[in-house]
Amino acid sequence: MLSAVKRKRIRVSKVKRLSRSPVTTFFLAFMLFVVGVFMALPMVYAVVSAFKPMEEFFVFPPRFFVINPTTDNFILMGQLMSSMWVSFERYLFNTLFVSGLSTLIYTFIAVLASYPLAKHRFPGSKVIRELIVTALMFTSAVTGVAQYIILARLRLINTYGALLLPSLASTMGVFLCMQNLTLVPDEMLESGKIDGAGEYRIWWSLVVPNIKPVVATIVIFQFQSVWNQTGHHLIFNEALKPLATALSQITSAGISRAGAGAAASLLLMIPPILVFIISQGKVMETMVNSGIKG
Amino acid sequence: MIFGSKKGPELNNRRVRYNDLRSYFTSYSMLIPFLSMFFIFTLVPIVSAIALSFSDFNMLELPSWVGWANYRRLIFEDDVLLIALKNTLIFAIITGPVSYIFAFVFAWLINEMPSKMRVLMTIIFYAPSVSGNVYFLWQYIFSSDSYGLVNGILISNGIIDEPILWFTDPNYNLIIIIIVQLWLSLGVSFLAFIAGLQSIDRTQYEAGAIDGIRNRFQELWHITLPNMKAMLLFGAVMQISGAFSVGTITQALSGGYMSVRYSTLTIINHMTDYGTVRYEMGYASAISVILFIMVYLSKKLVFRLLKW
Repeated sequence: MLSAVKRKRIRVSKVKRLSRSPVTTFFLAFMLFVVGVFMALPMVYAVVSAFKPMEEFFVFPPRFFVINPTTDNFILMGQLMSSMWVSFERYLFNTLFVSGLSTLIYTFIAVLASYPLAKHRFPGSKVIRELIVTALMFTSAVTGVAQYIILARLRLINTYGALLLPSLASTMGVFLCMQNLTLVPDEMLESGKIDGAGEYRIWWSLVVPNIKPVVATIVIFQFQSVWNQTGHHLIFNEALKPLATALSQITSAGISRAGAGAAASLLLMIPPILVFIISQGKVMETMVNSGIKG
Repeated sequence: MIFGSKKGPELNNRRVRYNDLRSYFTSYSMLIPFLSMFFIFTLVPIVSAIALSFSDFNMLELPSWVGWANYRRLIFEDDVLLIALKNTLIFAIITGPVSYIFAFVFAWLINEMPSKMRVLMTIIFYAPSVSGNVYFLWQYIFSSDSYGLVNGILISNGIIDEPILWFTDPNYNLIIIIIVQLWLSLGVSFLAFIAGLQSIDRTQYEAGAIDGIRNRFQELWHITLPNMKAMLLFGAVMQISGAFSVGTITQALSGGYMSVRYSTLTIINHMTDYGTVRYEMGYASAISVILFIMVYLSKKLVFRLLKW
């Protein structure tokens, strides 16, 4: 009996493979490649510029690739960083601490909140859902003043809290998670209820494992947005400022620091990409052949 | 069956009430941590911005109530706002739908690739959105002197005689910023689509193959798209609000509210001009309310057109 099932599965996967014509695969891969080059080009240019000696920025006709690669830009950046009041390690720690903590807390509270919003019915649930989606459409450009006043009242200006707490109010992750939860069938959650599991238990052992790709995506978004935060108007104590503020001072110096600026941006991009690779790798491992089981 | 709904006729009313209250309590307890943050740092600031739009507020003195004066000025006196409105609409109408479709098409294409290639391709397509300020690379590529990459290539091939001021010349700057914006805008919805595609139950495809689905496009239409509806909806909301709030790039690349003849002024830039340069916070808030209404109505319109 079991072997019959097995044979059937094998046959099915063969049928599936037959539906992939190699011509379309090639065509699709080619399309992806062409656009991929356009997407990657400015990135490649950033890497190349980071290793360009100063005089190669001013050759005519300009060259895309570097002729005599040098690490001067990184050394110059290092010198610029070490001539600042606060050490590089301190800036790095500030940023890592705030973005790490914010990612951890936000992912937890956002995924937790999205479960009752998507699956439970209680007084006010509809209003809260509407508020979250509508708030997403209001530009954050003018809400800064009120946020500043609130932070000042809470005596949080000039502390890590000024960077951390507002980042936990982001609505995007909750909305994303809510939408993904509509794919999780109610029957599966009901079965947990019949087994006598409480809501928190159902959330942890049935909901979260089934929406791993979205949880990983929230991790990436949150880490990246806090990592890039400069917060000049919230923190005045140099020793508490994040790395992005320090490095933006280098890039804002224009063409004379083009190389060092490229080196700084390159450096600033590495941690979010690492977080991306790690979390995506985890997702690929667990979800690649399964998806949400009905 | 939904939790908290009526449990059945055999239970008496009091018992139902008690169970409901208990399940409500659990739901609220799960919501509270996020909701308190949302309330303090998102909702209160939005409501106070809307309130400020009816006031005169220079950030030094207390705001004073002026009723509809800001809105009257906005509609009847502010000629520059019309230019900002026009530019924003051009940006939104071009970049919104194009980047939405791109985000889905490329997420789908990448998902069709072998799994090793997938992570790499996802990184390449997502990378522009990773760093906060990578768009400054375009400043070097479209640099206005002859050392700029594009100018250099055009001059050395004899196509033009003197360098073009790409970001200053009103003939070119809008289109170049649209290209940069498209390059940047794959971000959020693209990754959400990738996550959505990964969540689809694989057995549905196997069942589909038995039911006679012959190729990828049938698979896309009959299985993938129906499963992606919730994610597509999320992407649409994000793209619509993103498309209308172009501003950082125009400010950084072509000067935004300082651009020649306001050629790349957007509503966001106009707002920054009043908010952080002229300290007219009440007026800036009124502009933000107008922008919000535009985004909200566009979302309504798009959702009606797509019958969501």
